[in-house]
Formats: sequence, C-alpha cells, structure tokens
Amino acid sequence: MSTAETTHHDQDDHHDHGPAKGLSRWVFTTNHKDIGTLYLLFSLAMFFVGGAMALVIRAELFQPGLQVVEPDFFNQMTTMHALVMIFGAVMPAFVGLANWLVPMMVGAPDMALPRMNNWSFWILPFAFAMLLSTLFMESGGPAAGWTLYPPLSLQGGDSFAFVIFAIHLMGLSSIMGAINIVATILNMRAPKMNLLRMPLFVWTWLITAFLLIMVMPVLAGAVTMLLTDRYFGTSFFNAAGGGDPVMFQHIFWFFGHPEVYIMILPAFGIVSEIIPTFARKPLFGYVSMVYATASIAFLSFIVWAHHMFTTGMPLGGELFFMYATMVIAVPTGVKVFNWVATMWKGSMTFETPMLFAVGFVILFTIGGFSGLMLAIVPADFQYHDTYFVVAHFHYVLVTGAVFSIMAAAYYWLPKWTGNMYSETLGKWHFWLSVVTVNLLFFPQHFLGLAGMPRRIPDYSVQFAEFNMWSSIGGFAFGLTQLIFLYIVLKASFGKRTEQLPDRVWEGAKGLEWTVATPAPYHTFDEAPDFRDEDVAHGDVAH
Amino acid sequence: MSETSDQKKTRPQGRRLLLTLAGVALGMFGFGFALVPLYDIFCEVTGIRLIDNGRVSASEVQFEPTDEERWVTVHFDAAVDRGLPWEFGPSEKFMKVKVGEVSETLYLAQNQSSEAVIGHAVPSVAPAQASIYFAKTECFCFTQQRLEAGESQEMPVRFVIDPALPKNTKVLTLSYRFYKYDEESGTLAKADRS
Ligand code: HEM
Ligand SMILES: [Cu+2]
Repeated sequence: MSTAETTHHDQDDHHDHGPAKGLSRWVFTTNHKDIGTLYLLFSLAMFFVGGAMALVIRAELFQPGLQVVEPDFFNQMTTMHALVMIFGAVMPAFVGLANWLVPMMVGAPDMALPRMNNWSFWILPFAFAMLLSTLFMESGGPAAGWTLYPPLSLQGGDSFAFVIFAIHLMGLSSIMGAINIVATILNMRAPKMNLLRMPLFVWTWLITAFLLIMVMPVLAGAVTMLLTDRYFGTSFFNAAGGGDPVMFQHIFWFFGHPEVYIMILPAFGIVSEIIPTFARKPLFGYVSMVYATASIAFLSFIVWAHHMFTTGMPLGGELFFMYATMVIAVPTGVKVFNWVATMWKGSMTFETPMLFAVGFVILFTIGGFSGLMLAIVPADFQYHDTYFVVAHFHYVLVTGAVFSIMAAAYYWLPKWTGNMYSETLGKWHFWLSVVTVNLLFFPQHFLGLAGMPRRIPDYSVQFAEFNMWSSIGGFAFGLTQLIFLYIVLKASFGKRTEQLPDRVWEGAKGLEWTVATPAPYHTFDEAPDFRDEDVAHGDVAH
Repeated sequence: MSETSDQKKTRPQGRRLLLTLAGVALGMFGFGFALVPLYDIFCEVTGIRLIDNGRVSASEVQFEPTDEERWVTVHFDAAVDRGLPWEFGPSEKFMKVKVGEVSETLYLAQNQSSEAVIGHAVPSVAPAQASIYFAKTECFCFTQQRLEAGESQEMPVRFVIDPALPKNTKVLTLSYRFYKYDEESGTLAKADRS
C-alpha cells in the first residue's frame, strides 16, 4: 500500500495519493470526497425510488374512485414516500454536500473522524434495504403515515419491527454524521479562519448538526417506546394501560419540527453561496444571516405543538404555540430580505444554479406564507390534515430543500467532476421543473381549502379537476427529473473535453475554488494560507 | 497525508468535544423518555391539567350557588376495543341536563361470547377543557365489570356539571371505551392486531 512518496509519512495504511481501484475503494474509503459522492449517489437513487412511490399516489388520485391500487397499499405509499424522501433523499443529500464541501471550505484535509464517516454512510443502505423490504412482507409496509401515530401505527403487521429498526439505524447514521461535522468545523479550520469568516454553508451546517444531535435521539426514544408498547407490554401510549396516545405526538413533534429545519437550514446556506456569485456582489447582511439561522434553530424547539392544535390543547397553549410559530417568520424574513438585497443592483446572470436559487427564494417564500396561515389556530382547525398542509410542506421541501440541492449540484458539479454540464439542458431542466412543480402543488392549496383530506385514496367528485391537474403536473415533474439524472451522469462519467479553471464561476468565492478542477483526491494536506480575498461571500471587511 | 500532523495536534481537544457531543446525544435519548413524566408534571404545576377522571362522592359535590338556571346538552358515546367480545352503548344518545344538579343515565352492555369476560371502561370528556367541570358521582368505570357468557347488564352513570363551566360550552360529550381486562397479567389487554 504505498506509492513512491510515502516515505515521509508515519502511517502507511492509507491510500495517500489516489483512490484504490475497484469496489473496495468505495467500501473501505475514509476519504471525505468519496464518502460525499456515495451519499449524493445514494440520495439520487432514493429520490427516484421515493418519486416512483409519489407517482403511484398521483396515479390513484388522477380520478375519483379506486382504480390503480388497493387503499391499504395506497397508505403504504404515502408513508413510505415520506420516509424515503426525508431520510433517504433530502437528509443524505445535505450530508453528502457537507462531506464534499465542509473540509474544502474550511481548509481541512478531511473530516475529523474519517473512519466513523465511513460507518455513517454504510449504515444507510442497510437501513433502507430493511425499510423497503417491508413492502414485500406479508403484512406490507408501514401504512399509518410517516408520523407513526399510535394506536394506528401499532395495529399493522409485524413488519413494524423492521421499520423501527430501520429508523434507529437512520438516526444513528445522522447522529454520527452530525458529530463528525461539528468536530470538523470546530477543530479543523485553517488558521485565521475565525468563526465569522466561515462561509455561510458551513455556518448553517454547524447549526443543523447541533439540531440533529439534539433531536434524532428523541425520535429514537419515541420509536423505541412504540416498539416496547407493541411487543413488550409497556403502555407509554396505550390508553388501556393508562398511557396517552397524544403523548406520542408531543414527543414526535419535539423531534419533528426541528427536523423540518434540519431539512432547510443547509438549503439557506447553499443559496447564500450561490446568489452572491451570480449577482457579483457580497452577500448582504452576513452576520445577520448567522444570527437569523441561530434564532430559527432555537425557536424551532418551542413551536412543536403547532402540529397538534386540533388535539384539544388549553387556550393558553394554543396562543403560545401560535405566536411562537409566527415569530419564526421574522428571522426567516430577514433571510429572504438579505437574498433579495444581495441581488439588488447586482450584475446578475442566470446560469442554472442561479435559476434554481432564485426559484428557491420565490417558491420557498410561498411555502413560508402558507405556513403562516397554518400557524393561525382558528384557521388551522379548518386546514389541518387537508391538502393545504400537503401543499405547504411540498413548497418548502420540494421547491425549497430539493431545489437548493439541485442548485448546489449544478454549482459544484464542475468542481467535483471537472466537466461543465450543458447549460442548455440545465435551463430546460429548470424551466420544466418550475412549471410542472407549480402545476403539481399549487392546486393542492385549493383542494385543501375546499376540504379535501390528506392521505386518502378516493375523494368526492368536486375535487376531480384540481386533482387531475396535480397528477399531470406530478408525472411531468417526475419525467423532467430524468434530464437531471442524465446531466449528472454525463458530467460524472463522460469524457473530459476541456480543462476548467480553478475558479469555475468568475464570481465564486471561498477556499474550495482555490484548488484545482476537478478537485484532487486530497486537498489542503497542508493548511492553506487563508488570505482576505479567499473569504467566502460576506459583507464585512473582516 | 490523511492522518495529518494538524489532526494529531487537535486530538485531546477533539476527544473531549467528541465525548461531549456523544454525551448530549445519549442525554437526549433519555430526555425523550423523560418527557413522558415531564409533561404530566408540567401540566400539574401550571394547572393546565385537563383530564380528570377521578371519582367524586355525592356529598363532596358542592358548588357556588347561582340564581341563574342553565341547561346544557350531554352527548353519550361508546366504543368497544377490538379484543373485547361485547356489545356496548348508551341507552340514550343525548340528554338535556341542568347545570349543578345530579343527572343519571344508563349504558347497556352484553357479553356476546360463550365465556365470562371482565372489562374495564376508560372515560373521556370532550371538549377536553370541560372535563374538569364534569364530575361523576357514580360510574361503572370506577371498577371492573364481569359479564357471564351471554349476560347483559345495565350500567348507570351519575354525574353533575359544575356551574363554573365556561359559558360558551353548550354541548359536552361523555365517551367510554371498554377494554378487556386480562386476569393473568392484571392489565388491560391490548387490541388484537390486524
Ligand atoms: C415560516 C415558516 C413556517 C411556518 C410558520 C410553518 C407552520 C406549519 C404549521 C402550523 C404546520 C401544521 C399544519 C397542520 O398539520 O395543521 C406545518 C406543517 C408542516 N411543515 Fe411547516 N411551517 C414553516 C416552515 C416549514 C419549513 C421550512 C419546512 C420544511 C422544510 C416545513 C415543513 C412542514 C411539514 C413537513 C409539515 C407537515 C408535517 C406533517 O403533518 O406530516 N415547514 N407547518
Ligand atoms: Cu412544524
């Protein structure tokens, strides 16, 4: 295991100057770039698996009546779609981006705990094999919704135990990943990179990682209690034994609301890197961005019961959670303001990453507004568990989180692969996505306002038209993503035709653009000299 | 150079951070379980405890007298858990009751199986905010009920509504769910799965 140059190293059980060959490179790798790639490819695969499930749902809802699948299978699809997309597609994509980018952005040679990093990733394929295998078991997959509310979630078949263990594994993977990211950011920054000179993507991930460490164990606890209620005779949530099913909702949402911010804070970081690059202006209000992110993270711990307004809370509780929820809109508004102010009078160009970032700002804000509507207690009594909620969280998650991941993919793909993607195809991908995603989700607002409940396979005929549009949008959006698949695979495996400059985008800032393109297997073996002009986007003269 | 000299320098400090973070994760795992008693304590301390199914004896029922005569509707609801082979329901669905006075209604239960079964009913009141004003002086839910094979029985409930009940509450629902009592384990049996 040596190359000509290993002599000056005291440890030789590492591949120092290039990847090993073959499959074992990927199985045993401790290289942050390899692991980042694995995470991103895994996420891409899960995006299509979860997408296929969504299309089953939309096919059934194309018309009123039951035509395509059995109701029980429909329920398995809504549950699995959510679990796969949240834990399999969105979260691993962000962790993959963190693996690739955080060490390069802070000038570190690798993640702080490379071996644990390998574990964090390789747990995931097993967790998802276990989760997906339940679909082929006699009792079918979980069908009580991704929120796993008892008593319903305890009344299915024995595949339930597999679901719980899969969730335990996903939690373990996230916690290990998060610990690694915190350790990397706090301990391995290049000299002179103090906290307020870090890129915003690093900042948002630092805060996200803290959220993960705080709440993933709570989810693990909640599902463990479900498991013991089901198999070991405890009565945490079993009314017959003196337990309280509503208690589960409190514990679940104590995890669940911070979880939704886990899925959006890294997105905030991504667009905060991309918009200044293509507006060719420093990010407006860097410090306020950091504080806004931290306040959102803090507030996310005290709003969980806005998911439970209809469970019969005391008036004081409803008022508290209503106002606390609305307060989150303030730091979120600060961020949107800063992005718009960054673009203001900039010399903007609209390459694909910028298109997705601008699309993010506009469409995510629509999702934020519908969230505000849901935060109003008396209104939520009407909207709760309708398609209005479905529309809300798909605006924040698809046109929010997923759009930001796509923006990131286009933005850093040339740095990762050394190949520039086709701008024409990228623009097609963006414009088709924007049109179809709105066709898919905007009508769901109207359906919800008109009273169509979520998680049902059949509906009354007055909802037919909007559902048809939504399904057409869904299939079109799904097909559009094949363009993205093609672009990513072509850039990754296609022949390299030109040598791209280190700084792929003329306005790009930050340490990751000072290394060669494509990024060599090892970067920053020696801590870089962190010069002022290498500071990522920020408005302060640092 | 994957094990760089930089990394080595940060080792002790790194280990402390690692242990702290892992400790936080473990602590939060415990916190998830601790939430179960903590919520109860929180509700107790802040006085927002809503569910009060305790028994009140007839002599204890003493309310501030009011001149005004007030009537509300009580809706009776019933459900049987899947593990219990009983028919169970209220004798009347709705009743107009005078606030502050004792009223009585009957629930009817019949064991439809060919062996004796013990059941236990768990009550709840909606809206939950009103439950503390709903005092039961006699209820079959205070004790276990044993029904022989095929036996049917009338089960009375006597209750009073506290005149302090908020003015905007005009309808209350009293709901019971009957569970099978498992003599061997001494607990309420869980619903059969699927
Ligand atoms: C201004 C910010 C936001 C506000 C005020 C807000 C408010 C709400 C409220 C009140 C609900 C509960 C609706 C109901 O079930 O009746 C809800 C549901 C939801 N929100 Fe948000 N939200 C915001 C941002 C976000 C973000 C950024 C995400 C994720 C990226 C998100 C994801 C979700 C999800 C997944 C649900 C549904 C959970 C479920 O029942 O399955 N929200 N939101
Ligand atoms: Cu929430």
